[in-house]
Amino acid sequence: MAYVVPRPNLTWKEKIYLPSIVAGLAITIKHLKRMLFGQTKVVMQYPEEKWDSHMPDHYRGAPTLVKDEHGRERCVACQLCEFICPPRCIAIKPGEIPAESRFAKVEKYPEEFSIDMTRCIYCGMCEEVCPEQAIFLRKDYSITGTTRGALMHDKARLYELGGVFTGLVHKWNPKK
Amino acid sequence: MDFFFQLPWWLIVTSLAKTIFLIFLVVLPMVSYTVYAERRVSALIQDRLGPNRTGFPLTLLGFKKDFSPGLGGLGQPIADAVKFLLKEDFVPGHVNKLYFWLAPCLAMMPAIVTLAAIPFGSYLFGEKMVVADINVGLLFMFAISSVGVYGIVLAGWSSNSKYPFLGGIRSTSQMISYELAMGLSAVPVLLICGSTGLGAITDYQVREGWLLVPFTDGGLSLREVLLWIPLVLAFITFSISMFAETNRLPFDLPESETELVAGYHTEYSSMKFALFFLGEYTAMIAGSALIVVLFLGGWHLPLIPNGANQGGLEFLHAIPAWIWGIVNITVFFAKVAVLLFIFIWVRWTLPRFRFDQLMKLGWLYLFEIALVNIFLTAGILAFTK
Repeated sequence: MAYVVPRPNLTWKEKIYLPSIVAGLAITIKHLKRMLFGQTKVVMQYPEEKWDSHMPDHYRGAPTLVKDEHGRERCVACQLCEFICPPRCIAIKPGEIPAESRFAKVEKYPEEFSIDMTRCIYCGMCEEVCPEQAIFLRKDYSITGTTRGALMHDKARLYELGGVFTGLVHKWNPKK
Repeated sequence: MDFFFQLPWWLIVTSLAKTIFLIFLVVLPMVSYTVYAERRVSALIQDRLGPNRTGFPLTLLGFKKDFSPGLGGLGQPIADAVKFLLKEDFVPGHVNKLYFWLAPCLAMMPAIVTLAAIPFGSYLFGEKMVVADINVGLLFMFAISSVGVYGIVLAGWSSNSKYPFLGGIRSTSQMISYELAMGLSAVPVLLICGSTGLGAITDYQVREGWLLVPFTDGGLSLREVLLWIPLVLAFITFSISMFAETNRLPFDLPESETELVAGYHTEYSSMKFALFFLGEYTAMIAGSALIVVLFLGGWHLPLIPNGANQGGLEFLHAIPAWIWGIVNITVFFAKVAVLLFIFIWVRWTLPRFRFDQLMKLGWLYLFEIALVNIFLTAGILAFTK
């Protein structure tokens, strides 16, 4: 069905077009002035100014491993994270803790623990599934490297990013 | 050639010196920084910052850190130039080679040649600050600058592909329709000044006040007030035609990125594209310079003497004349810079005209206004003698 689009009747002021040009120019010069005097909030100046302090608490960044206050690595190599990981980027090789060790009771530790950061989707399932609270997603978001190998986070790198995390799990602590 | 060798040697030397000064020391840097200004101003208008950091990518050469000279984005035009020089100069297989190569030259050259007739200063060390002080300066400007359209048309045609072709077609009709209005709207200036020489027009404005701002000579007569009306009209029509002539928004139909990819220079890359780009901005500078000469008093600023220490305030004559010569040149290019800012400002404010609207504006309004304006000026001149 055809219908007629009502055309507005333009006044002579609108027809001459110049007043609206001037009005438009006034708007743009206002924006320019506000920018020049710093009255407009602009985007973050990235390399100098980072997201770090603006990051929300629930932000999921790079997954890391943590140690407890005695310097014991919390991971017991149960491999739950390896199994739950949707893109399968975690690889763990469990090893036995020698009997003479202070933490012999724990029995296992990861001999090798690597997370392939080219695959990781930052879903946080490893953190959720971990019974020992050993793996945490930290706020590091700028994970870069010039080779694929550099993005293969091995155990040393994971502990370097994770650091120490105290509290929560005490069952492996030696009895006083 | 014989004629060339019969010229006095000092004329050749001074002309060369003026040409080199104008082109390489003033206009080309001005072009590159107009491009930079375009990016910064557009960014500020759109609440962004624009290119505000340019450094040397030393990490590419194996260094640990990049080096940034702390100039903000002021190095950007240099980086752009280096990029254009190093890019692959690709010529598609389906183009007409001769015209494809000729077009960028034809886009750049007329814009530079028109600058020859512009009096960009008064005197410096007794030399007139104009490369060629010809008494048909304005006609020369119009004649040469209209050659610029051939660059665009040839580029569109020789590219042998649909979008450049459409751009070329649009450019042809646009240029033809606006050149008429532009020429006619300059006629009132000629009627008042009585000369087509740009130097003579400037001299008239130094004596009698700028044409658009007639009280700069200190007084305002009835004749000047009456002439103001046609002159403001002429200024508006001339400026609008100049926007169309230099392919600037809202008249950038030959280029129209949103519909025609990049219009006439779609198939161009590297330095050939850069020549179109530079040509466009040089034409912008030449156009602004022409507006300054015709309507805004050229190099003249009230109370400031010229480069031969004439005119202006009496006590300023104690300062050496060459300083005032340099001040005059600076004033001229400052006025040009203000107009360039307006060019940029308008570009980032207005949307593009539709093609039929453009034609209608050119043929039905600007042409008639300019024509009537001539008779109005002539009448006022006849009755207020």
